[in-house]
Parts: sequence; C-alpha cells; structure tokens
Amino acid sequence: MNWIQVGTLEDIPRQGSRVIKTDDGEIALFRSVDDQVFALNNRCPHKGGPLAQGIVHGKRVTCPLHSWVIDLESGNAIAPDTGCAHRHEVRIAHSALFLEMKAGACKKA
Amino acid sequence: MIATAKMRLVVIGNGMAGIRTIEELLKMSSDTFDITVFGSEPQPNYNRILLSPVLSGEMSFKDTILNDWSWYEQNHITLHTGKTVTKIDRLRCVVETEDGIVVPYDRLLIATGSNPIMLPVPGINLPGVVGYRSIADVENMLGMAGEGIRAVVIGGGLLGLEAANGLSLRGMDVSVVHLCEWPMERQLDKVGGGLLQGALEKRGLKFYLSRQTEAILGETSVTGLRFKDGEEIPADLIVMSAGIRPNIALAKSAGIHCERGIVVSDTMQTYDPKIYSVGECVQHRGQTYGLVAPLFEQAKVAANHLARYGAMRYEGSSVSTKLKVTGIDLFSAGDFNPGKGDEELLLQDSARGVYKKLVLRDNKLRGAVMYGDTVDGPWYFQMMRDGTDITEMREHILFGQAHLGDSGHGGTSSVANMPDTAEICGCNGVCKGTIVNAIVEKKLFTLGEVRAHTKASASCGSCTGLVEAILANTLGGDYSAKPSKQAICGCTDASHQDVSQAIRKDGLKTIPDVMQALQWKTPDGCHVCRPALNYYLLAAWPGEYADDSRSRFINERVHANIQKDGTYSVIPRIWGGVTSPAELRAIAEIAERYEVPTVHITGGQRIGLYGITKENLPKMWGELVEAGFVSGHAYGKSLRTVKTCVGSEWCRFGTQDSTGLGIKVEQMTWGSWTPHKFKIAVSGCPRNCAEATIKDFGVVCVDSGYEIHVGGNGGIKVRVTDFLCKVATEAEVLEYCGAFMQLYREEAHYLDRTAPWIERVGLAHIKQHIVADAAGRSALYARFLESQRYSQDDPWKERAEGKEAHEYATLATIE
Repeated sequence: MNWIQVGTLEDIPRQGSRVIKTDDGEIALFRSVDDQVFALNNRCPHKGGPLAQGIVHGKRVTCPLHSWVIDLESGNAIAPDTGCAHRHEVRIAHSALFLEMKAGACKKA
Repeated sequence: MIATAKMRLVVIGNGMAGIRTIEELLKMSSDTFDITVFGSEPQPNYNRILLSPVLSGEMSFKDTILNDWSWYEQNHITLHTGKTVTKIDRLRCVVETEDGIVVPYDRLLIATGSNPIMLPVPGINLPGVVGYRSIADVENMLGMAGEGIRAVVIGGGLLGLEAANGLSLRGMDVSVVHLCEWPMERQLDKVGGGLLQGALEKRGLKFYLSRQTEAILGETSVTGLRFKDGEEIPADLIVMSAGIRPNIALAKSAGIHCERGIVVSDTMQTYDPKIYSVGECVQHRGQTYGLVAPLFEQAKVAANHLARYGAMRYEGSSVSTKLKVTGIDLFSAGDFNPGKGDEELLLQDSARGVYKKLVLRDNKLRGAVMYGDTVDGPWYFQMMRDGTDITEMREHILFGQAHLGDSGHGGTSSVANMPDTAEICGCNGVCKGTIVNAIVEKKLFTLGEVRAHTKASASCGSCTGLVEAILANTLGGDYSAKPSKQAICGCTDASHQDVSQAIRKDGLKTIPDVMQALQWKTPDGCHVCRPALNYYLLAAWPGEYADDSRSRFINERVHANIQKDGTYSVIPRIWGGVTSPAELRAIAEIAERYEVPTVHITGGQRIGLYGITKENLPKMWGELVEAGFVSGHAYGKSLRTVKTCVGSEWCRFGTQDSTGLGIKVEQMTWGSWTPHKFKIAVSGCPRNCAEATIKDFGVVCVDSGYEIHVGGNGGIKVRVTDFLCKVATEAEVLEYCGAFMQLYREEAHYLDRTAPWIERVGLAHIKQHIVADAAGRSALYARFLESQRYSQDDPWKERAEGKEAHEYATLATIE
C-alpha cells in the first residue's frame, strides 16, 4: 500500500475542497459538512471540468462547468447522467490526511 | 423487547393516482407501512393518458406501463390484480373482495378513479357498445377494427376526439356525435372549435353536431343509432365518451360522505380520519378533476400526511388542456368565456390557421384559447396563475413572448408539424424525436424530468416553451404543467417567496437557520438552493450576514470567471468605459508579464484577459490594484458595467454629459450583489449609441433631462426596456437607479433577470414603488446606499493581500 500524507483536515474548508498535483493529473480532496473526506480525480466525466471548484453538498459535488452532480463516495455521476471520476482511498488519523495513490475502480451504476 | 409493528396501508385502485401516492410515500419513508394494493384490472399500473396513441397504433401497450411487476416486488408491496374490493368495514378496519380476500388496514387510500358515463338509452347494453377508459376498452375496439367498419363516437370532448382520431387511423369510417354546436366546448370557444372541426374533417372524420342520441339500434349487436330528430345512421361500433363520473359506489356503500365525488379536506382525508382518497374519485372544495397534473399534486399531499409529516395542503389546481392528436396544436386554460366586465383580445389569421383569444378582467388574464400556434400557452398559463398585471404589454401580448428574435431555435413556434429531426435545443443539440422518445420510454411527465434526461432546455432555457409544447403534445390533455407553487429545488418544498419572506419576518440569520426553520430535507442543501439562500440573507442583512463562500458558485467564490479549460478570465473595472494611456499601458505590461494568451475587448467596454491560472490570480490582481484598478465583477450576479457614449463633451448631437453621469452611476452601484447580473447604460441622446434600451437600467439623455428605462435584455430573449419616467437632474437619476436596484434586490427571485421579474409583477407595480411613491422611493434608495457601505471593499485587493489564500493554492504536489 502506498499511503502518502497530504495535509491535515483543517487544510480543507468544511463543504470545500483542495487540489493535489500528481504526475498523473490532479486529485481533488473534498470535506463534507460532517467532516468526512473523499478523493476523486479532479476531472468531471462529462467534459473534464475541475470538480474541486464545485459546490459540495451532502456527499456530492456539482461540477462548475455544466452542473453534473458527482457522488463523492463512488465517483459516479448521479442519474440520469452516467460516468465516473475515479475515487482514491483517504484515511484520517489524528486529523492528518493520508491518500492512497492507486485509483479505485468505478462501481457499476 | 417489543418489536414495533409496521402500520398497514391498503390502497384500493392500482391506477396512476394511487400508485403515485405510494411512490411519493416511499420517497419520504420506506418503512412506515406494509402496503397492499387492489386493482380490478389485470395489468400493473399503466399510463392511462397514453391510451389514445395505443388506439391509433403510435404506441404499444408495453410502452405505457409505469410500474411493472418487479417494482411491486422490490418495494415489498402486496399486489392483487383483477380483484375488486366490494366492502369496506370501517368498524373492524378491513376491506373485502368479491372472492373473499380480507385485509385489515390502519390507513386506507381510496383511488378508484372514474367510470365513463353510459347514456340511459335503449340498446346501451348491446355488444358493440364500449366505453373508453381502460386498456380492455381499447383492446375491445381494436378487436373490431378493420377497413370499412363504421364507428360512431358519442361525445366530442377531448377523449372522444382522441378516440375518433385513433379509430380513423385504424382504417375505420368514423363519425362524432356531439350535443353542442362545436366540439370540445369546455376547452374551446366557437371559433376555435370550428377550426378544430375543419382540421378533423379534412382527416376524414364526420361530425353530427347539436344532436342528441335517442336510441342505439340492433337486435343481437349494434347496427346503428337514432337521433331525437328521427334521423338514423348506421354503426358497427359505438364508443361512449360522453364524460366521466367519479367512481364512488364503494365509498358510498361504506357510509363515507360523498357528493359528486368522495369529499376530502385539504389534506386529502375523507370524513373518516383513517381513510384518505386521491384522484378522479375525489371531490375537493367542490371540484372534481380528470387530468393528471392535479392528481399528482394530490398524491404528494396525501403521501405527506400518510407519512405523518403533516406539512402540506392541497389547495386545488388550475388546469390547462392540450389535445393529443398528432399534427393539431391546441391549448386552452382558465375561463375563456368572457363574463360581464371582461375584455377579449383576439387574433385570427385564417390563412395560417392561427387563432388566439385571451380573456382579461381587471387587466389580469383569466383564460386563453389558442389554435395553430400554441407555443406561448405555458407563458399565458403562468401569468394567469401569478395574477400578473398585463396593462403594459397589452399591445403585444397576443404575439406571445417568443416572437422577439429569440436566439437558438430559428423562431419556430409550432411543434406539432415539426419533423422528428428538427433541432429544438440549440445549446445541447437535442432533436424533437429524441425528446418524444425520452418522454415515452423513460415515462417523463414534467419539464424538469425532460431536462434531466435529454438536456433539452437545460442550458440557456430559450427553447423551454417548445419543450413544454412537445411534452404537452406527447402527453396530451394530461400534460403536467408546473405546480402553482414552485419549490426552489428538490431539497425543500419552500418557494423563493417563502424563503425571502421567512428570512425577513422570522429574523433568520444563517443558512442552517433557514434550512431548519423551513424543514429542508437534505443536511446542507445543494448547488441550487445554497447560492439562493446566501443571496437572500446577504440582501436582507447587509453588514450583519457573513457571506458564505462555500455557497457561492466558483466564479463568485474566487472573483474570476472559470473557462472551459479550468483557467480564469480577469476583467478590471473601467469606469463608464473611459480609460487612459497610463491604464492601457499598465494592462498591456501585466498581460505581457503573465503571457496572457487572449486579450479581448468585451461587450461592456472593458478589456478581458483570458487564460489565467488560478494560482496567478492574486498576484496579477495585486499588480492591477497597484495600477489603480478594482474588480470589474464580470463574474458575478452583481452590477456588471455602465456603458456610455461620449455625450455632450464631444458629440455634436449629445444633450447631456452621459459619460460623466455613467461614471457617477457606476461609482454608486459597483460591488452590489443582485439576484442576477445587472447592466446599466447611459446614452447622450435618443440615437442611443450606448444601447440603453436593452439594459436592466437604461438612461437616455434628452435636452430637457433624462429618460429612465428599465427591464431590458440583450441576451437569449431580446427585450426592449419599458419606459419608467423622465427626470430633470443627475441627482434624480442616481436616486431612481438606487431605488430600482434595491426593489429588484428585495423582490426578485434569485436568478431572475429584471426582464422576467417585471413581466411577472407588472410594470405598474414598479411604477407605483419607484415613481408614484416618493417616500417609498427615498427609503429604497437609503437602503441601497446603506447596503453599499459594506460591499465596496475591492475583493481583488483583499485577496492580493492574502484573504482566502487556500482558494488559490495547491494543497500538495506529489512527484
């Protein structure tokens, strides 16, 4: 397992997100209103919009370009739209954030 | 330990109203009830309003099934089809079927619908006489279909004509018998009815109008019928479509209070508190309904009370009608027979086959009949329900809302005759055929559903009227229009008006407060409601409410406009469009330093720098601030630009200093947040080079003073401003401008431009507050200035100095 510490919970505003740059593109970290943290590729499955710039609500984020709504837990677009922004595992330990670099598979809608 | 037993809900009626109620109930609470459904038909729930296309052969029965068998299974619903409940024992709280099934209930929902009225004439029971209500009736008719078969439809109403058209398409020789002088007299006046009759006659239907049936003829099966006047016509098939009657026999036999229908309260409860009722069997405030839109509204309310939320009331529905006959455009709504004191507006163009009639009372729409061009039907219907004062648009209202150069769909106004390949939505490239297929296959009923599935009208919205017309044409008379009260989004039942009122009246000061007070259904809203709440709070409590950046759309959160590749644009404010060599040099040098890929002159007399990465924004702003610039708010629902011409300072025609006045107006208004973007222009003479008459607030200078124009729009729907008034001094222009903006800020719904807002409330309302009421105007102006005290700190300067730095910085870089 390849877990990398990328910051602390306090670095991400509640209902907000931050961006991690990697060689394989950007990863967006999201913090929900109840302090859960999720990570997705920072690309909307629709037209590649930067999801980190969207409005976070519940366990969802709305893409800033054309308002597709993406489920933060699975990375899937909310029906009737279809597509997936691959998710990454995140762990919180004493408010430190650890990110797994391997992108998870998309759940079947 | 005591297991909490679920309550038992029994639903009598497996049709659209009953099952819709269950669907609404399951959405709210999936484990309150054990649900049992009885249906007297052998099929699962199907879309009764699509019977006509099945009859005509345009659809198969399979296409009309709304909930298939597996849906009942998945939701653990016990379904008895082909079983008729014959007894409700209210003492023991059980229902019984004719073949002895007994099921107890804690709550009972009666949704038994209606029956076709069978005329009490001799021969009515002969084989060959059918009603038109169920798929069995349709199969019955199709069993007899064939070339040369003579069918007579009794009843020239909506359903009767659809049946007649369907049978005719099946090759039958069809006549329509009707009691009145023209068909569809409940939906059409004489002229509209005549046009419809003509169109149907061209398709081969025969009409026998003002005729009353005396007897149906035949020994062993139907051979014809005889009218009161003695004339006889031959018939092999007779379809009874003389109206429907609420099916109340069961309820009545159980002693539940019935009049024409089962009487229910605003919570859809019958006189027995354990028993609810919805659908066509119901009588609510003296009304019975036969269209699907009201049934769905009732279902929502009944479900809310069954789930014990107890939060909604059904207050009746106003309905509009479309005929579902391919190729015929027809729309009617409200009361279109003018009464005493009513006025009529008429448009008749026989060559084009277009007829429109609007009925007015006290300058408000009461009813509408349209034939041939119905694309504005939903618009009239909306104004009817909003009670909009139409005085100011009287002279052009008949020509519709969509006539003025709408961009994006080629000015088409009739959908019925469009080919399936016609592009409806120019933004998303959606054709008519795609929309029709989605409506049928995905079982869509509302504009919102069509948008979600096809994206048609989901971007700029200019084709909304066309999409609604297609929806109406496909679903016909049962098209479900927008509910009279529209919720902000799916998170709540509250409307924009409910929210802004509650914020002021109950002193709500934060987004969580509003959500709690108005019972939001989601923990923290969504991308639709949160920005709206943030705006309403900001407008209500200037200086006190702390702006919630997490509820701002990205552009307003980072004070720059996001582009398709994720970079941003930077557009500094250029006061009144006047700049200087020093400013231009500063912009040029900054653009070179940051290697800006595109420098563009905007439509609002400014300079836009495009392709700036987010990380570079604060630094670039710092340099612009250094050179004397502030944010241009080109990204916000806020004051954008004040466009000017050079006016009396240079122009040989100029009457006033339009440039100087424009700068003063911009200095007063910049930084203000508004429900949607707000554009101003000042022209120095009536030649109007600054295009002031397509702005939200436009000033046209004349020799004797300043004309003030409001509510213009140069975008999707070009709308010329309405003339508000004329004033004499610059100081008055400033006061009227501030007061108008404040009224807009306080009254408009979030994301309403001034144009639709004025069309909804009526110009008379604006004139009353801004022109007639001097004290009110000055109070509005004072509130505007007070609010501006807190909104003119330059957001770029603050961010260049480090505010919200996390918005612009990457959290980490992993090699």
